[in-house]
Amino acid sequence: MPAYFPMTLNIEKIRNDFPILERETANGRRVIYLDSTATSQKPVQVIEAMNDYYRRSNANIHRGVHTLAEEATSLYEGARERIAKFINASSSREIIYTRNTTESINLVAYSWARANLKAGDLVILTEMEHHSNLVPWHMLQAERGIELEFIPVTEDGLLDLEAFKALLNRTPKLVSFTHMSNVLGTINPAGEIIKLAHAAGALTLVDGAQSVPHLTVDVQALDADFYAFSAHKMCGPTGIGVLYGKTSLLEAMPPFLGGGDMIKEVKLRSFRPNTLPHKFEAGTPAIAEAVGFGAAVDYLTQIGMDDIAAHEHEITEYALERLEEVPGVKLFGPPAEKKGGVAAFTLEGVHPHDVAQILDQDGIAVRAGHHCAQPLHEKFGIPATSRASFYLYSTKEEVDLLVQGLYKVKEMFG
Amino acid sequence: MDDLYREVIIEHYKNPSYRGKLDPHDISFADNNPLCGDHIQIDLRVDGNGIVTEAMFSGHGCAISQASADLLMESIIGKPLEDVKKLNKQDILDLLGIDLGPVRLKCALLSLKVLKAGVYGLGEASDSLVE
Ligand SMILES: Cc1ncc(COP(=O)(O)O)c(C=O)c1O
Repeated sequence: MPAYFPMTLNIEKIRNDFPILERETANGRRVIYLDSTATSQKPVQVIEAMNDYYRRSNANIHRGVHTLAEEATSLYEGARERIAKFINASSSREIIYTRNTTESINLVAYSWARANLKAGDLVILTEMEHHSNLVPWHMLQAERGIELEFIPVTEDGLLDLEAFKALLNRTPKLVSFTHMSNVLGTINPAGEIIKLAHAAGALTLVDGAQSVPHLTVDVQALDADFYAFSAHKMCGPTGIGVLYGKTSLLEAMPPFLGGGDMIKEVKLRSFRPNTLPHKFEAGTPAIAEAVGFGAAVDYLTQIGMDDIAAHEHEITEYALERLEEVPGVKLFGPPAEKKGGVAAFTLEGVHPHDVAQILDQDGIAVRAGHHCAQPLHEKFGIPATSRASFYLYSTKEEVDLLVQGLYKVKEMFG
Repeated sequence: MDDLYREVIIEHYKNPSYRGKLDPHDISFADNNPLCGDHIQIDLRVDGNGIVTEAMFSGHGCAISQASADLLMESIIGKPLEDVKKLNKQDILDLLGIDLGPVRLKCALLSLKVLKAGVYGLGEASDSLVE
């Protein structure tokens, strides 16, 4: 067994941090969790931090002066500071708490885009976007008459940058794209895309739902204008995410939701918005979740994002190799060098749902469906795929069990 | 759990008896399962007394959705439309002879939703049709 453990991470120790990996599924099998792209599992460090918060420090933040309110406020704001460091934002004022990536993108679409885009203005997206980076723009198109164009995806699952350069001649106002595809696993050249977009006079919004959990992300080095991500995919809780934005942009944007906390002053007939980041955080936020988010960032930092990425790369390389051996398996996306820990595939003659369901009988959790990227599946001419995805706690042994499971599926449908 | 893939389900999936289209038809309707994009179309021929004389399904989906569509077609041929309108979730589960979690239930019920939306002449196959 030790031969299975790559050298980069102490996997045994890491797996011990995740209590859920010990649990058994219905048939008494240990769970083999290969669905971290949908949501990651949570280490005890995060669970305990949230638990402690509720046991010791719970209070509403910002307005109270009592001990608990002070403590809750500094935990909430302290997490924001560590999250800012984690992505190398220049200030924690650039970190807006939201519910998730989806809400972060919608915030840009509602606040920035509605203040800055008019009929005929062009927004460039890509063909590999998650629905969360498509539908807000469809909605704005219906409301405002903006135009949408899409960077095409090549047969091997990469963005066609030549086609992108041609689109840039049409002077887009915004280029909004995913840093890493949740289906193909493709890691897009975000720095290059942003540079090209800026040269054409466009701002950029990066969907970092899959990149921040798995790669070292430096928003300043990338020069991203907006960057969105979710805690739940990076060892943190559900219910909280971040919109990073450059200070100058966020300051110029009108508020999004109105209410308590986002104001500096309210009169009967008017209000003055609060300063950043509070201007965009109306109402009582997800405080315990922010605390958990901070703990997740600490956890990942302590293990080291570069080591996590190296480990995932090793598992992915192995998984692609093993899956390729299975007759009837067709893999989607680029080779391991160009992608993160995602393996989307079809098995000839068997619907992905059936694949997932039969694997589940052995405790193996993979996802089946269009993974909220229906247009991408349409492009490849398939309604759905099965998807196995990996994280810092994934092992080669789990990949072997997946492959074994697929042979079982073939037998059943053979 | 192996029950989920009872022989009868695999058999109906691999060798469906009612897969195809009817042209002409008296009723035809199609819709998707928004969770997975699976798609089912159902075509019916109905006689002057409102009895279903022929029924066919087409589209794509998993073994559960395809087997349940096939079993459903089989069960409604010779029945009055009035009876078809009364079919619900439990009838499908009885046909399949299995219990299903909330996600797979959607797969199993897609054909019934499409059928009832068609029979009622609705624009959309909604959950409320089968509850
Ligand atoms: C690439 C990508 N973007 C956006 C999202 C949406 O994230 P959330 O559901 O946390 O808003 C996901 C989650 O599946 C994703 O993988």
